[in-house]
Amino acid sequence: MRAYTDKKDVQKKAYYTDRYWVAPQVPKSTVESDEVFAADLEAIKAKFDVIEAYIQVKQMVVMIKPEDNYGVLELLKDECDYTQLSEMSAIDWIADKGQLEVFYQLLSMNKRKRIRVKCFIDQEQAVESVNPLFRSADWAEREAYDMLGLKVNNHPFMKRILMPDDWEGHPLHKTYPLQGDEFAQWYEVDKIFGKEARDIIGPENRDPAMVDRYDTERFGRLGHEVPRGAEPKESKGPEPTTPLAYQEDDGVFMIEKFEEEKSVVIRDRDR
Amino acid sequence: MQQTNRLRPFFENITFDRDDNELVLNFGPQHPSAHGQLRLMLHLQQEQIVKAHPDVGYLHRGMEKMAENMIYNEFMPTTDRMDYIASSSNNYGFALAVEELIGLEVPRRAKVIRMMLLETNRLMSHLFWLATTALDIGAMTVFLYAFREREYLMDLIEDYCGARLTHSAVRIGGVPLDLPDNFMGDLRKFLEKLPENIKDYEDLLDTNRIWKMRMEKVGVISTEMALSWGCTGPMLRASGVKWDIRKEEPYELYDEVDFDVPYSDKGDNYARYKIYMMEMRESAKILHQLIPMYFDTTPELMAHAPKYISAPKIDIMTQNYSLMQHFVLVTQGMRPPVGEVYIPTESPKGELGFYINSQGGPYPYRLKLRAPSFWHTGILTDLLPGHYIPDVVSIIGTTNIVFGEVDR
Repeated sequence: MRAYTDKKDVQKKAYYTDRYWVAPQVPKSTVESDEVFAADLEAIKAKFDVIEAYIQVKQMVVMIKPEDNYGVLELLKDECDYTQLSEMSAIDWIADKGQLEVFYQLLSMNKRKRIRVKCFIDQEQAVESVNPLFRSADWAEREAYDMLGLKVNNHPFMKRILMPDDWEGHPLHKTYPLQGDEFAQWYEVDKIFGKEARDIIGPENRDPAMVDRYDTERFGRLGHEVPRGAEPKESKGPEPTTPLAYQEDDGVFMIEKFEEEKSVVIRDRDR
Repeated sequence: MQQTNRLRPFFENITFDRDDNELVLNFGPQHPSAHGQLRLMLHLQQEQIVKAHPDVGYLHRGMEKMAENMIYNEFMPTTDRMDYIASSSNNYGFALAVEELIGLEVPRRAKVIRMMLLETNRLMSHLFWLATTALDIGAMTVFLYAFREREYLMDLIEDYCGARLTHSAVRIGGVPLDLPDNFMGDLRKFLEKLPENIKDYEDLLDTNRIWKMRMEKVGVISTEMALSWGCTGPMLRASGVKWDIRKEEPYELYDEVDFDVPYSDKGDNYARYKIYMMEMRESAKILHQLIPMYFDTTPELMAHAPKYISAPKIDIMTQNYSLMQHFVLVTQGMRPPVGEVYIPTESPKGELGFYINSQGGPYPYRLKLRAPSFWHTGILTDLLPGHYIPDVVSIIGTTNIVFGEVDR
C-alpha cells in the first residue's frame, strides 16, 4: 500500500489574495431567453426533477439528480435531438462536500445547440453508465474512473484507460500529490526488478533503473563515473559479473546463442 | 546490480490459444504505423479480426493535472504538446476558451493572423496525414512530395514565431507578433503552387489500383456509429454528416470568408482521403481571402483588458502603472471570473474542446481537454472487427490519430 494518507487539498494555491477581493461571475441568463433551450428544459421538467437550469456562454446548463442521468440523456437523445455526447467527465469537490460533479456535454447538430447536463454525486455512490445511448461514453467513463475514481454501474469494460492497470489512486483528485509519491517513484523499479531491488538501485539511479550499475560503457555509474572502459574502482570489493542468459535453456529458435567467452570487446573507438 | 532473470527475453508478441484456434496479436505500441503509441490487442480467426482492444496511455503526461497547477498563460506551451502536428490549433482552442470565460474581444488584425495560423496548421496537418498514411500503405513517393510542401509551411511558421512544431504562437487576448515582411509574399507563392501539388498527389493516388484496393470499402463507418462514438471533423464528414464548427458555430472571422464543407456518405477510407484532399483546397481558399483582409486592419494585436492582459511592451517600459499590472499578471496570474465554459473549435482532426471550470483563482479548478483523436481511437473497438490485418494499418492511417492528443 502506498504510504501517502494526507487528505488535504495539495494543489497549488494563490500565495496572495487581497482580503477585499470579490471574484466576479461569468454572466448567466435565464433559460426563457432562448426558445430552443426553453422547450428542451420543459421536456426534461415534464419527467424529471431539475434542480437548477441557466444559460452560460451560449450553452444551457441543467443540474439534475444523479439517479436520473440515464433517463435525462435518453430523453435528450430520443426526443430533443441531442445526437452526440461530446464529452463526459467529473470535477472533484471531495474536499468541500465529499462529492464529485459529473457533467455530460451534449451536442445537437440539427439545432446547433449544446447542453451541459450536470449532477452531484457522493463519492461512494455510482452513476449509471450511458454507454447504451452513446458509445463515446465507454471511453469517457473509463477515463473518469481512472482520473477521478468515478464509479459507474453496468459499464461493459470498466478498466483503467490512461494509467497502468495496477496503479493506485486517481490522479485528478485534489488530494493526489503533485510530486510522485513513493508508489509512483518506484513503480518501474518494482515492476522490473522487484521491491527488494530498491535498496540496491537507490534513488539516484532510479529512473535509469534499466542500466547496469557496473556498466562503464553506458553511463550507468551515476556518481561513480570512471573513464570510458576503465575498470571500476575496487573500493566496494570485487565487481560481480553480470551474466546474460536466455529463458530457454537450449537457446532461442533461429537465434544463434551468444557466447560470452568467444566475444571480443573492442576498446579502440576509432578502429 | 541487474537481476538478469527478471528481464528474460521472450516472445510476448504472439500467443496461441489452443482451445478455439484464436490468435491474439499484440500490435504496437512500437509499431511504425501505430502513429506513436497505440497498442492494439487483436483477436484473430485466421487473418480476420474478431475482437479489438485499443490500449492507450503510453504518452500520458497528465496535462489536465498540470493545468490545475499552472496560471493560465503558463499552460499555453503545454497545449502545443497535444496535437503536435498542428500545435497552433491547440493554442488557439485554449486561448479562445479563456477569452470566452473572461469575455474578451480580440482586435481584428489578431483575428486574421490567428486564422492564417489555423489554416496553415490545417494544411500542415493534412499534408502530414497524407504523407504518413501513404507511407503506411506503401506509397513512398507521395510521402516525399507531401513532406516537401509541409516544409515550406513550416518555414513560413518559423518566420512568424521561430518554432517549427511547438509554436505557442497565440496568446490569450490576441497574438504576440505581427506578421514579418516576407510572410505575405511567401504565402502567396506557396498558395500559387499548392493546387498543382495537390493535383500531383491525386494523380498519384486517386486511380492507383493498390491505393483503391486498400482504401475503398475498407473501414466503413456508418452515420449512427460516427455520431454515437463522438466522431468529429473529417471522420464525421466522411460518414455523411455535413458538420463543420467553422461553418455551423463560427468563431473568429470564419463567417466572413467563403469556403465549402466537403462531405461524403460513403464512410470508408477512400472517402476520408478525398475529404482531406478537398479540405486542403478549402484551406487554401480561406488563406487567399485572408491576405486582403489583413491589409484592411489596424495594427493592434492584443486586446485591451488591464485586469487580465498585460499592456503592450512600450507601455510597460514607460508607464509605471502598466509595469505594476504586468508584474502582478506575471507573478500571480490573471483571475478569470467564477464560471465554466466549454468551447469547441474545429482543429484539423475534429472538434477540439476546452472545458474550463474557474473558481476565481489564478489556477483553473478543472480543465478538461476534449481531444478528437481520443474518440477516433475508441471507435477502433467497434470498427476493426470483421476486417483483416492489412486493413488495420490503413484504418489507423485514415483516422488520423495523434497520440499527444489521445493520452494528453
